[in-house]
Amino acid sequence: MNAPTSPGYNRPPIRILIAKPGLDGHDRGAKVLVRALRDAGFEVIYTGLFQTPEMIAVAALQEDVQVIGLSILSGAHMALFPRIIDEIKARGLDDILVVAGGTIPKADIPAIEALGVNQVFGPGTLLSTIVDYIRANAPEPSRSW
Amino acid sequence: MTKDDILERLRGADRRALPRLATLIENGDPRGLAALDLIYPSTGQAHVVGITGPPGSGKSTLVAALLDEIRASDRRVAVLAIDPSSSLTRGAVLGDRIRMMDRHLDDGVYVRSMASRGRQGGLAWASAGLVHLLDAAEYPLILVETVGTGQDGTDIASLAATVVVVEAPGLGDGVQAIKSGLLEVGDVVVVNKGDQPGADDAVRILRASFELAHSRTGRRAPVLRTVAATGEGVGDLMAEIDAHGRWLNETSERHYRREQAARAEILAGLRAALNRRIDAGPERSAQLANLISRVSKRELSPGRAIEAISAGLESIAAPK
Repeated sequence: MNAPTSPGYNRPPIRILIAKPGLDGHDRGAKVLVRALRDAGFEVIYTGLFQTPEMIAVAALQEDVQVIGLSILSGAHMALFPRIIDEIKARGLDDILVVAGGTIPKADIPAIEALGVNQVFGPGTLLSTIVDYIRANAPEPSRSW
Repeated sequence: MTKDDILERLRGADRRALPRLATLIENGDPRGLAALDLIYPSTGQAHVVGITGPPGSGKSTLVAALLDEIRASDRRVAVLAIDPSSSLTRGAVLGDRIRMMDRHLDDGVYVRSMASRGRQGGLAWASAGLVHLLDAAEYPLILVETVGTGQDGTDIASLAATVVVVEAPGLGDGVQAIKSGLLEVGDVVVVNKGDQPGADDAVRILRASFELAHSRTGRRAPVLRTVAATGEGVGDLMAEIDAHGRWLNETSERHYRREQAARAEILAGLRAALNRRIDAGPERSAQLANLISRVSKRELSPGRAIEAISAGLESIAAPK
């Protein structure tokens, strides 16, 4: 009664949250990415600008997403990412794939990945690279509950 | 897991239980269906309110404003917000939540976004299942925001006990207002964006068309004006929604609608199941492959082939 009816259906679409944390008014990149993910067959929950770490974690929990994508262009990633990861872990969401993109200098990437962000996509990354990475690495939707 | 285990998890401190079970139900996972099976007898308590109307009429903003009203009266509330899936890629942008983000620290509000996943008519295949789940989790109020619908998306009428149809100024004249379809299923009608030019006209036209009471119930749907972005008129809207809920309980209408809902859910599910079988392709059915071959050779007309297959459904399709 619940499964979609499209032919060749086997795996449900990947559910992904795209969030823009902090005081960052630039969402062109995030919107382009949302559109690309939609066209790749994902279900994309876009929460808009100025998200606090708590907002992002609560949305990920309630929506039961498999992936969180953080887009940041403000330069505040080193301040915000640890807090976001803390909020995510505090809610037991350890099995969610977390990726980040935006104006993040290469020098910061090892520290960000050490926090638990699975992959960082810097300026100039092809949309197809992001789509392929998520498709290959997203966990299965709720295997248990 | 027993029924009591499931209910305890849904109603207890484990905040992940409800969202994860929702995913299993949405994906048609057997564990989700088994859980629904057990908890279904505990459902039927919630007041399910549908919020429907054309794209851009302000449904999400109105839902966000309703959340403020509902929380002011200290009731817990769940929102199911449905957006369309692409028929080409199956992808979807679920953007209703964006209007409801400032409720994130409020434990009394649960918001879930859903893609329609190929269903037409304003809902998703699993919408009813998720409503049952939220009902079992003891949310006394469940708001279901449909896909933006035109004149034809009336499926919400068989899921919700109270249907709020949201219109905006400038969408049509008095003829639009008396056509069959969406407005016909409205228990409460709202002209949102009520501060914009043409709002007075829209309210007047809609009130005129609702002067005639509903033919079966004798009830007249109220027409309200709101400005969801500022909250203007939203208190009155919530009062009308609650009044409609009381009216349902005081009349036989609640019973009637429950029966309609059960019927609609079974038939929609049956159609989905049939679609899945049909989509599985002729290679899965020797009978179908044989019929296709005979039709293509002009030995049999398509109509007779369809009749031959649907004869197997006689027990359901037979008239009373």
